[in-house]
Amino acid sequence: MNRLRVRLFVLQLLVVAMLAVLGVRLWQVQMVQGAQFVAVATETRTREVRVPALRGPILDASGRPLVRNRTSLVVSIDRSRFERMPDGGDAVLKRLSSVLGLKFDQLKQRIRPCGPGISRPCWPGSPYTPTPVDDHVNPRVALQILERQEDFPGVTAEIQAVRSYPGGKDAAQLLGYLQPVTKEELERREGLKASYSGVDLVGRDGLEYSYDSALRGKPGLRRVQVDRMGKVIAVEQQAAPTPGDTLITSIDANVQSIVEKSLDQAMRESPNSDSAAGVVLDVKTGRVIAMASRPTYDPAVWTGGIAEKDYQRLLSGKSGKPLVSRVINGTYAPGSTFKISSVSAMVADGSPLNGTYECPSAYNVGGRAFGNAGGMALGSISLHTALVKSCDTVFYRAGYEEWQRDGGNTPKAKIKEPMPNMARAYGFGELTGVDLPGESPGLIPTRAWKRNLWNASKDHMCKRAKTGYPEMKDEGRAAFAKRLANENCLEGFIYHAYEAANFSIGQGDVQVTPLQLARAYAALVGDGNVRSPRVGWAVVRPDGSVVKEIPVPVVRHLPISDETRDYIRKALSEVPSDGTAAGAFRGFPMDQVKIGGKTGTAEVWGKADTSWFASFAPADNPRFVAVVLVSQGGFGAETAAPAVRRIWEGIYGIGKSEDGKPVKPALPDGRPASRLPVIKQDGTVTQ
Amino acid sequence: MPDAVRVRRRSLARRAVGQGAPVWRMDGLLLAAVIALSVIGTLLVWSSTRTWVSNEPTGLVKKHVLNLCIGLALYSVVAVSDYRWLRRYAPFLYGVAIMGLLLVITPMGSTINGHHSWIMLGGGFAVQPAELAKPALIVFMARLLVRSAEGKDRPRVVDLALCLAAAGVAASLVMLEPDLGTTMVLVVITGGIIVFAGVRKRWIVASVLLAAAGGLAVWSLGLMKPYQVARFTALINPASDPRGVGYNSTQALVAIGSGELFGKGLFHGGQTTGRFVPEQHTDFIFTVAGEEFGFVGTVTVVALLGVVLLRGLRIARMCEDRFGALVAAGIVTWMAFQTLVNVGMTIGIMPITGVPLPFVSYGGTATFANMIAVGILQAIHVRERALSA
Repeated sequence: MNRLRVRLFVLQLLVVAMLAVLGVRLWQVQMVQGAQFVAVATETRTREVRVPALRGPILDASGRPLVRNRTSLVVSIDRSRFERMPDGGDAVLKRLSSVLGLKFDQLKQRIRPCGPGISRPCWPGSPYTPTPVDDHVNPRVALQILERQEDFPGVTAEIQAVRSYPGGKDAAQLLGYLQPVTKEELERREGLKASYSGVDLVGRDGLEYSYDSALRGKPGLRRVQVDRMGKVIAVEQQAAPTPGDTLITSIDANVQSIVEKSLDQAMRESPNSDSAAGVVLDVKTGRVIAMASRPTYDPAVWTGGIAEKDYQRLLSGKSGKPLVSRVINGTYAPGSTFKISSVSAMVADGSPLNGTYECPSAYNVGGRAFGNAGGMALGSISLHTALVKSCDTVFYRAGYEEWQRDGGNTPKAKIKEPMPNMARAYGFGELTGVDLPGESPGLIPTRAWKRNLWNASKDHMCKRAKTGYPEMKDEGRAAFAKRLANENCLEGFIYHAYEAANFSIGQGDVQVTPLQLARAYAALVGDGNVRSPRVGWAVVRPDGSVVKEIPVPVVRHLPISDETRDYIRKALSEVPSDGTAAGAFRGFPMDQVKIGGKTGTAEVWGKADTSWFASFAPADNPRFVAVVLVSQGGFGAETAAPAVRRIWEGIYGIGKSEDGKPVKPALPDGRPASRLPVIKQDGTVTQ
Repeated sequence: MPDAVRVRRRSLARRAVGQGAPVWRMDGLLLAAVIALSVIGTLLVWSSTRTWVSNEPTGLVKKHVLNLCIGLALYSVVAVSDYRWLRRYAPFLYGVAIMGLLLVITPMGSTINGHHSWIMLGGGFAVQPAELAKPALIVFMARLLVRSAEGKDRPRVVDLALCLAAAGVAASLVMLEPDLGTTMVLVVITGGIIVFAGVRKRWIVASVLLAAAGGLAVWSLGLMKPYQVARFTALINPASDPRGVGYNSTQALVAIGSGELFGKGLFHGGQTTGRFVPEQHTDFIFTVAGEEFGFVGTVTVVALLGVVLLRGLRIARMCEDRFGALVAAGIVTWMAFQTLVNVGMTIGIMPITGVPLPFVSYGGTATFANMIAVGILQAIHVRERALSA
C-alpha cells in the first residue's frame, strides 16, 4: 500500500499544480488582459450603424419640387458577411433570388464590386456599405427576410428615401444624380468607416454635386448589439440624423418644361441635328431660369442601382452622351451671334459707332476672297444694319485690319488684339463659374495661343516633316501629310490673316458654350456687368430658416460705354422684326413683347451648320436672355430662332393652345419670382 | 463478511437514515462542492440557453435540472450501497458499457454535432454510452488489477495485459464515433489506474516514452484528421484561422477575458447573449462563468472542482481496501483530466476537444456518470469509515 500512497501523493501534487496553473492563467486572462478582451468583445458585439439623413429636396423658384424623396423598401446585402460564408453566400443569395423573384446570376452580378475588368452590373460603392439588390420590394417580402434572419444572414430590408423627379426628364443634366460613395471617398471622411448601413450616396453631377454637402445632412448613428448571426439584439446608443437642407433654385419649372419641349421640337424638325441646348437667364440678377440639354435621359434610372444596359447607353457616343450638359460643356463656334463682341471691339478700338461701313459681297483677306452668305452686298451701311442684316464682310475687314495693325504675319512687340480681348471681356474663353460641375471654358484663339500650340507640337511636326508618314498606305495622302507637317513645323506659330477674319464672325477656332453666350448677351443688354451665373438661389433648413442666399458674383464690367451697349441692343432689337430672324418671328405680337436677338449659323467642317439664336426680351428693357443652340441644325434663323420664339411665347403666354384657349404665361407679367418661397414648419411651401 | 450480514438484518428505513447509517457518514464537503457546482452549472446553462427560443427561455435548463435530479438519485443509491458489489458486478458493468458502445455503431446510433455518440431513447432523451464507459472501465480495471495482487504489491503481467485489452476495446469503439476527447480521457484513466496499481517505475517511464514516440509518429505521419491537426495549430496560434478553428478558441478567450474581476453579472454577458461562443452550454460552459461571474466566478468553479478532486484523493488515500483505493484514484484521475482539458481549452492552454466540465456542463449522460462516480467515492468513504470504526 505504500507504493499506492506515494503515487497518490504524486497525483495530489499534480492536481494542486494543475489548479495553480489554471488559477494563474485565469488571472492572466481575466485580470491582466481583461481590459483588452473587453475591447475586443465590444468590437465583435457592437456594430455602428449609420442612419442616413434624408437628403434635402431641390425646389424651383416658386417652391415646386425639381427633386424630392420618396420612400422605398430596399433590400441590401452585407458583402463582408457573405465573404465569410463557406460558399461565399451563394446559398443565401439563391434563397434571396427566389423570394425577390430575380435571377440568381443577376443578383450575383449586382453585388460584385466594380473594378478593372469588371463592368456593370457591379457595385461601384464601398465594400463596407451594404449593397442594395432591389429597391422595389413589397413589404411582405421585406418582412419575410427580416423575420427569417437565420435563412438570410447578412441580408437587410429597410425603408430608404430614394430620389424622385416630378419633372421626369426635365433638367436631367442640371439636377445631376447620386451614386454610392466610393471606398476612397469613404476613407477620406472622418470618423466612421466600417459598418455603414443604408446606402451612402453622394452627388455625382449637376446640383446634386455642387450642393452635396448642404443637401446631404448629417447621418445619425446607432450603436447596436448584435449576436453571432449579426442579428440586432439591442440598441446601445442612438443619435438621430439631421436631414439635409433644401436647395431653392432660380429655375422655373414651367419655363424649364417649355425649353425642354422647344428643344425636342427643334431636334425633330431638323433631321441632321445631333444635340441641342437651351438656356434662359434673368438679365437683372444673372440667375438661371431654365437650362436644358439634348440628348437627354430619365434621371430615375439611377435610383436603386443602374442597370448595365442603361449605364452603357448613357456613356456611349451612339446615344450622344446624354449625361453631358451641352449648355455648359458643349463648345461650338458661335457664328454671327459673336458679332456683338466684334462690334464692341471695333468701337472700343476707335471705329466710329455712327460711321458708315462698306458691305461688299466679298472682301479680300490676304489674297483670299471672304464672301457674305448668299453673296449679299449692301453698299455703305451703319453698324446697326451690319448687325441686323449680319453683313460678314464688314467684320472681315475690321478683323483683317486689326491683324495688320498688330503686324500681320510678323507681330509687333506690343500687340492690341482688340477682338480677342473684347471676347475675353465678354467672358468667352473662360469658365463662367456657374455652380455646376464639368464646365468647359471654350476657346478664344489668339497669337499667343497659336504659338503655345506650335511650341507643344513642333518637335513632332518637324520630325514628321523629315521622316514623312511611311506608315500611311496611300502615297498621295502621305505626301500631303508630310507637306502639312513641314508647313506646321516652319510656320505653325503664325497667326494668319484668315484666322483673324474668321474670328471676327465667330468662326474658325472660336468655341463658346451656350451659357457663355447667354451671359455675354445678358451683360450687353443688362447693366453691362458680366456675371457668374447661378442656379442655386438659397439654402434653406428643413424648418424654413434660410441658411444662406447664394449671391451672383459680378466678374467684371464690360469695357464699353453704355452708349455702345444701347446701340447694339437697339440694333439687335430689329433682328426679329426686320433682320435675319424676321421669318422665324413672323406674326409675333411685337407690340405686346418686343423681342431682340441675333442669329448665328456656324459652319463646321464635314458637318451641317450649327444653328444659334441668342435673344432677349423685352427688347426695350430686357429681363430675360434666351439662347438656343442646335448642333447640325442648319441656319440659325430656321431652327434655333423658332425654338427661342416658342420659349418667349411660353413665358409671356402668347398665342393659343391647341384647344383654342389663351395660353397662360409661364411667368406672370413676364417677371420671375423675386422672393424666395417660404417653407413652413410642416414642410409645405408657399410662394 | 460478518458486518454485512448484521446490517442486512435491520429494516430498510433504519438502514437508510438511522443511527450510523451511511448518509451520516458521507463526506459532507465533497457533497457540498458537487451541489455547489451543480447549482452554478444550472445558472450557467440557463444563461447560455435562454436566448435559444424566445418564448421559452427556460426550456433547456429545465431539462438540465431534471438530469441533475436523476443524477442525484443515482448518486444516493450508489452512495448508500456497499461499493464492494461493484467489484462483483464489474465484468457485467463493463460488458453493458461495451454493448452500449457497439449499439452506437449500429444504425441505432445517432449523430449530434458531428459526433456519432448517441442512442436515442425517444421523448427527446438520448444516452451517450461513452460517458458511462468511463466509470465502468475504472471499476473493471480495478477488479482485474486487484485480484492477483491480494497480499502482493504488484499486478500480474497477465492481468495488466487483460486490463490494457479491456481499455483498448472501449477506447477503440469510442474512437470510431469519433470522439477524440473521450478517447483521451479513457487512455488517461487507464494509464492512471495502472500506475496506481503498482507497476514498476521503469515500465511507467517506458510507456510514457512510447506514448510520446507514438504521438510524434501520428503527428509526423499525418495519421490525424486535418481538423485535429488544425486544433493543435490553433492552440499554438489562435490567430492562424480566427474564422475557422481558431474561432472557438478566440471567442472563448474573449468571453472569459472580458469578464474581468467580477464579471458582467448573470444574464448580462454580451458575448453569451450574442452566442458568440459555440457549444457554450456544453463544452464551453466555463466561458459563461468567465464572462458573467468574472475572475471571482472562475476561481470559485476551479476551487470547487479542486475540493472534489482533493476530497476524492483523500478518500483514495484513506481507503484500506485496495480495490476501493484504485477505483477512487481512477475517478480522481478522470475528473482531474477533464477539468484540465476543459478549462484549459477555454483559456488557451489546451487544444479544443469535446470534453465536458464535470458537474457544470449540460449533458444528461455525463451528469449521470459524474454523479455515479461521486456516489462511488462516497460509498468507498462510508465503507472505509465503517470498516475502520
